[in-house]
Formats: sequence, structure tokens, C-alpha cells
Amino acid sequence: MTQPLISVEHVSKSFGGIQAVRDCSLTVQKGSITALIGPNGAGKTTLFNMVAGFMPPTAGRITLDGEDITGKPPHQLFARGLVRTFQIPHEFSAMTVLENLMVVPMEQAGESLLVALFVRGRIHKQESEIRERAEQVLEFLRLTHLRFERAGNLSGGQKKLLELARTMMTDAKIVLLDELGAGVNRTLLAELATDIERLNREQGYTFWLIEHDMDLIARLCDPVIVMAEGTVLTQGTMAEIQANPAVIEAYLGAGAAARRTAP
Amino acid sequence: MEQTLFGIMMYFVAMFTIGGIYAIIVLGLNMHWGVSGLFNAGIAGFFAIGAYTTAILTTPTSPKHLGGFDLPVWLGMLGSMVTAGIVAYGVGRICLRLRADYLAIATIGIAEIFRLVLKNETWMTNGTRGITNVPRPFEDFATPWSQIAFLGVVILVVAATYFIVERALDAPWGRVMRAIRENDTAAEAAGKNVVRFRLQAFVFGAMFMGLGGAMTAHAFKFIGPEATEPLLTTFLVWVMLIIGGSGNNRGAILGAIVVWAIWSMTQLVTGFLPPDWAVRASLLRVFLVGLLLQVMLQNFSGGLIPEKSPKIGDRQKQTPAP
Repeated sequence: MTQPLISVEHVSKSFGGIQAVRDCSLTVQKGSITALIGPNGAGKTTLFNMVAGFMPPTAGRITLDGEDITGKPPHQLFARGLVRTFQIPHEFSAMTVLENLMVVPMEQAGESLLVALFVRGRIHKQESEIRERAEQVLEFLRLTHLRFERAGNLSGGQKKLLELARTMMTDAKIVLLDELGAGVNRTLLAELATDIERLNREQGYTFWLIEHDMDLIARLCDPVIVMAEGTVLTQGTMAEIQANPAVIEAYLGAGAAARRTAP
Repeated sequence: MEQTLFGIMMYFVAMFTIGGIYAIIVLGLNMHWGVSGLFNAGIAGFFAIGAYTTAILTTPTSPKHLGGFDLPVWLGMLGSMVTAGIVAYGVGRICLRLRADYLAIATIGIAEIFRLVLKNETWMTNGTRGITNVPRPFEDFATPWSQIAFLGVVILVVAATYFIVERALDAPWGRVMRAIRENDTAAEAAGKNVVRFRLQAFVFGAMFMGLGGAMTAHAFKFIGPEATEPLLTTFLVWVMLIIGGSGNNRGAILGAIVVWAIWSMTQLVTGFLPPDWAVRASLLRVFLVGLLLQVMLQNFSGGLIPEKSPKIGDRQKQTPAP
């Protein structure tokens, strides 16, 4: 087995007396679309937050491409190719859709105040390149008609698309999608799934996603990691997961597996 | 008749001079709040630092206060910007990790500390008696021309300030700042070092607040603790920005002029009232400005000239989507 892209080793996180994640270990392979599922409160988002640098783990170690990234701030992880989206869309609402994308790329010369004030020539060329890339991303996600719209005016589903669009403005090694499908209608969801698949196949993005829609997971993801009560319950293909009584028990409570297989 | 006309002209010269100085400070606040979402409620502190810095640097040597160093006015103004910027850096390093509302409280506290230090360190600032003999450019000219020439200086400084802040805003730097204002978590997730960007904006804006303080000291040829009262240098500046249009530099300038015109004209009116009324009327003025703010917020929440996206992301300046 090759070196995993992300490796979570014995990670724990407690908030006061509550232990949200307990001794959690898992890996995400390069080029995969890995799912992270589990009942509400299983610690999925907390784990994502730790991997993406939004909170440090209480214990344990996280590596990206073999490099220790435990406790590094999000902007440094972004620079190393780890990008995430949010369960609740975090759009820049007073800015246009186009600006929402154009803000993302790294190493823009004009982000330096001195360059912005004194070396305008360097900005213009870079701006038109970034603009072009943003237009391509919007085209890919069928958002072109909304490019001059304020992001705050978008519908819930469109905001989710915008979240995905922002990740496409980077050359990310791995994209963490936190419930991209939540609140998105089925037609758009099917389109999103196709988009993710294409990005994975054609552009080599690795995806790691938290998702509740089992059809979407069955279609896209291999492997599927199941979390329950703060730790990894099991891991495998969708078929294996569905056949595992422990998983059904975690979702539906003790005894559910027995009742389900009985008739 | 001619004298009345002359009086009116001089009144307007004075009004635009002070209004223009306010415009510089409001542009600084727009950099903090309008662009970057930093709730600075301690404008008075940076204003005071700027005003006293230039006063100490440019006055002739005096036993009553530190210096003076008799330096040219432009060097004094530059010094004010540098000092205000350095202080803002220190304050920012401590406070900018705080959330918006706590930042407001912290900046009020720090501004008051600076004001009280400047008021009480008599060896440095001559305490409550203030620093006199602050030079004003063109003060040797005959009466109308001296004031008019100084107004010219103010207009020039406003124009230069506007040019600088507009350039910063209409660049990827401004775009990042606006993104941080809108959602700092998402900006962090988009790889922006939020704390560093905020610190830059905080220092940048504070420099213009210091410059405004310096211009005030030169305009009145005097700086004392009364000039740095938060009512005039924090509250009024905030009202100007909100009424003018938070996030828009042109709105910031317009807000400064409009609010100052209302403020100073009501003073003119109260001057005609009997003395015991006049005292009460000055309080009424604060009420009036508060009322104006309320009306603006209820009906035109974007201000007189609301914010809009700079060229590249703005629909008005692009061909419409097919």
C-alpha cells in the first residue's frame, strides 16, 4: 500500500467534559473519493475541523502527504493543498459570485499592500488570468449566469455550488466536503455527484466527504468510513458497510439489526 | 453687505477645512470598519497621538512641553502617521484576535488610556493648557488668503488620501479584506492569514486617523485635551461614515462634509438664541445628529453612497451575461 494522503493517528478531542472524538485512526488514499458517515453527533465535523486546522486535537497526530500537520492553522494547510467546504455555506455575501472565486487563489501579487499601492502593472495581468480561471470554473458548474450576482442573494443549493466552486480555484491535493448535499434538491445533487466524479477522474482531485445521502455515497465513494460515538466503527465498500450489523446498530439503536434481518 | 458676504465666505472656508480634515479621519475609519469590519471605537486615541506628535515635532523649542523640535510641517504630519501606525501595530497585536464586539471595548479602553496619559503627562504635553504656537502652513498670508491656502492644503491631503485608500481597495488586497469582513472563517479556509491582513488594515487606517489629528493641530495652531474628546473624534466620525456609506470611500468623504455642515450650521443657529437657551441647544445638537443617524439607518442602511464591488467583479462595468 502506498503512503496515504491523509493519516489520522489516535486523534482525540474533548470540549470540557464531552469527548467528541476518541482515539480515532484512519487514512485517506490519494485519488480516492472517501466517505465519512455516521449518525449525528458521531464527531465527523469535529474530525474535519481538526484535519483542516480549525481546532487543534487534544491528543494524536495528523499527517498530510507524510508531513505532520497537527495544529497547523487553516491558511497554512491551504497552502499545502488541503481545502475544505462548510456544512453551512460560508459565502462572502456582499461580494459578487465572481469575486467570491477570485479571492481564493494563492500568491496574488496584489495581496501585498505595497504592490497594490505602487506596482499596479503586476496586478492587472494576474487579475485577468484569475478572472479567466474563475469564468471556467463557473462555466463547469453552470453558474455563469450568476457571476455578477451578490453571493448573499443565491439560493441554498447555489451557495453549495459556490462552496465547491471556490475549492476549484485551487490546485488542491485534497478537498474536504462537509455535507455538500444537505439542503440540495435531488436533481442538483445528481449534477453535483457528476461534477465531483469528473473532478476526481479528469483533474485528479482527492475528495473526502461527509454525507448523509446513501445513494450519492453508493455511487461515488470507495471506501466508506463509518464513525460512531467519536471513533471509527468500521471501513469498507458501501456493500460491506450495508451488510455490517454494527453499522445498522449505530444508526438505529441496539437490536435494530436483528429486527431488520428477521423477516 | 460686503462684510456679511465676506463673513459668510470665511465661514464656508472654515467649514470645508474642518469637514475636509474629518474626511481624512473617516477614510481611515472606512478602512477599519467599512472595508475590513474592524470595530474601532477608539479613534480619539489615534487622533490624539497624531495631533500631539506633530505639535511636539513642529513647534519652536519651549520649556512647557517636550521639544519642540521646530521641524517643517510636512515632516510633522509624516511623523504623526508613523507614530499612529506604530501604536496601532502594538494595539492590533494585542486586540485583533478578539471578536468584533470585544475589539470595540478594548479600543475604547486603550484610546482613553492614551488620552489620559497625554492630558496628565505635563512634561510632555503641557497638560490641560495644551501646546500653543503649532505652525500652520501659509499663516503669514493676509487674512482671507491664509485660510484659503490652508483649505487648499487640506483638499490636497484629502485627495491624496482618497487616491491611496481607493487604490488599496481596488486591488486583490481590498478584495481579501472585504472577504475577511464578510466571513473570516471562510477567508481563513481560503488560505488567507486573517490576523496578518487585519493588522495591516488596522495600521493603515490608523495612520490616516493620526494624520487627521495632525491636520487639526495645524488648523487651530493649538492642541489641547478638549480637542480629543470622544464625542467629536469618535462618535461624530462614526456617524459620518454610516451616513456617508460604509465601505465606500466617496461616501466617507461626502458623509464627513454633510454631517460637519449640519453640525456646524446648527451651532450657527444656536448662536442667535438667548444665552440660557444656547446651552441647552448644544445638547439638542447631539440629539439632532442622533436622530439623523436613526433616520438614515432605518431608510438608507447603505448610506448616501452605498458600497459596490470594484471594477473587475462589478456587473455595471461589465457586459451583461448572455
